[in-house]
Amino acid sequence: MEKRALFSSKILPYALLLPQLVITIIFFYLPASQAIWQSFLLEDAFGLSSEFVGFENYRHLFGQPEYYKAMVTTVVFSTSVAILSLSCALLLATQADKQLRGGEGYKTLLIWPYAVAPAIAGVLWIFMFHPTLGTLARPIKAMGIDWNPMLNGKHAMTLLVLSATWKQISYNFLFFLAGLQAIPKSVIEAAAIDGASPLRRFWTIIFPLLSPTTFFLIVVNIVYVFFDTFGIIDAVTGGGPAGQTTTLVYKVYADGRLGGDLGGSAAQSVILMIIVIALTAVQFRYIERKVQY
Amino acid sequence: MAGVTLDTVRKIYAGNVEAVKGVSLGIEDGSFCVLVGPSGCGKSTLLRMIAGLETISDGTVNIGDRVVNEVEPADRDIAMVFQNYALYPHMSVYDNMAYGLRNRGTPKDEIEKRVKEAARILAIEPFLARKPRALSGGQRQRVAMGRAIVRKPQVFLFDEPLSNLDAKLRVQMRVEIKRLQRALGVTSIYVTHDQVEAMTLSDKLVVMSGGQIEQVGTPSEVYRRPETRFVATFIGSPPMNILPGKVEGPGRVSVGGQVLNVTDMRDGLPPGSAIEVGLRPEDVQAGGSSSSTLAMNVDFVEELGATQLFHGKVAGAEFIVQASTGQIAADTRKLTLSVDPGNVHLFDPETTKRLGRV
Repeated sequence: MEKRALFSSKILPYALLLPQLVITIIFFYLPASQAIWQSFLLEDAFGLSSEFVGFENYRHLFGQPEYYKAMVTTVVFSTSVAILSLSCALLLATQADKQLRGGEGYKTLLIWPYAVAPAIAGVLWIFMFHPTLGTLARPIKAMGIDWNPMLNGKHAMTLLVLSATWKQISYNFLFFLAGLQAIPKSVIEAAAIDGASPLRRFWTIIFPLLSPTTFFLIVVNIVYVFFDTFGIIDAVTGGGPAGQTTTLVYKVYADGRLGGDLGGSAAQSVILMIIVIALTAVQFRYIERKVQY
Repeated sequence: MAGVTLDTVRKIYAGNVEAVKGVSLGIEDGSFCVLVGPSGCGKSTLLRMIAGLETISDGTVNIGDRVVNEVEPADRDIAMVFQNYALYPHMSVYDNMAYGLRNRGTPKDEIEKRVKEAARILAIEPFLARKPRALSGGQRQRVAMGRAIVRKPQVFLFDEPLSNLDAKLRVQMRVEIKRLQRALGVTSIYVTHDQVEAMTLSDKLVVMSGGQIEQVGTPSEVYRRPETRFVATFIGSPPMNILPGKVEGPGRVSVGGQVLNVTDMRDGLPPGSAIEVGLRPEDVQAGGSSSSTLAMNVDFVEELGATQLFHGKVAGAEFIVQASTGQIAADTRKLTLSVDPGNVHLFDPETTKRLGRV
């Protein structure tokens, strides 16, 4: 049955909702509507005047080969991070679920990276893999690889994927572990008696039962890579070399802040907003239906 | 088909907690053995050791003529029905039953034949395409049983399979399990804390307490001649009354000065020594002019329909009498109970063991 709270005064429920509404309006609706408005404006180079240009910013944006390049970069980046961080986290979670000695400490340690700020995580990784300063760059070079994320776009992307993955594993791990612990032990035991090997048990019982968690995490991870990796990118590569690690979000910043093209940058954020809304809508619809048990 | 033999089986958990303390038990091929006891008595642990879900700390478990201590659960040729059914929630009823066969590489048409056959026996044919969540508790229970019987195992293991069902369904499923076991003739080991289930289902009843076997026997043996005070009070509802008494002489004990004759009494008990006198609520009669009588003060009466339970005190100890409704007036405050010497059970207050004839 639905729970219904009854208020004696008509003002009280509104008053209770007010703080949340104010926050949402100031930090979301206001900037979002500003962005939408700005995306239709063209500003002069000195920022003294602006003129309404309709969809000109969007038209210009979709005429830029760099924009498509950033899209591809984003897709490559987000797919790699999502796949890598989800599979690593799942592997770690299945191991942690096996109630081993010292398991608690192991779990706590795994959760720590999530508490590290993205920019700091980026700096951490750059210290390890900087072509001349990096402690781990030497052994890589010793193996005969001309490691240089400052000049080589592929190397730069690899480094970004690694650092973004490292940070996201903790989050995924927590959810996977909770998901695993929610699977009744007797179901796994029944499968064992039914003659399924541990690997077969994993793929035919555990993995399907985890699918709601997995699906949720896929969406969350994509959103994470789309937006929250800005700090890592800025600290590790700054979008370079030669724009090869510029994702859609980084391009918003690069064009607007560094390039001074406020209208074009606003148009890009509007498009990003639409992508997130679409992703969230898909998630809600899908989770309500198919993947639930 | 195969019997199951346990030889001084022990289970010691980390921290030196001994859950099962050296249990030896032989279960004949095709028989229905029920392990009963209060929670924490080790009955489930014992069953899980037979299943291979718990390691065996000491002793041996044989299924048929094979020692299975180190054999994987899958290779023990057993099937288990769990308390919460443990159905695979993402698979249809058909797939739930077929899973074990598929894992063993059974040919497809054989799988279909066996699943259909099991579904027919259990009357779950209309639900084969459904997911477990679309089934009622009783139907889920049948699917769990179906999953066990399609495999045609040597031994069925049941871990409190009826405890999640409501009372009415429990009685119905109890009868069905019994009928099914009779029809298939597969050795079955069934764990429960419910003494009614234990009495009605078993060929062989094993009463456990504190990780040890208290008594093994047919249900009527265990009921008629409990070997310990624990068994006496655990089997039977309402439980057996235990009164503090004194040995008067051969075949005679007294409770609060009232002398009772006893048929089943050990020889040579020193007169005057303390003894516990057990009387089942259904074994004493009100009135009568027997030479063995007890006086009872009635506190209140419980109506059960066909019978009434008179609660009160005999010689200062709690006492319950069960009588057919109408036999004793409900407003009776004082009762004289006559006791048949054959219905008196005697126990040692120290060891709690039965002090019957050897």
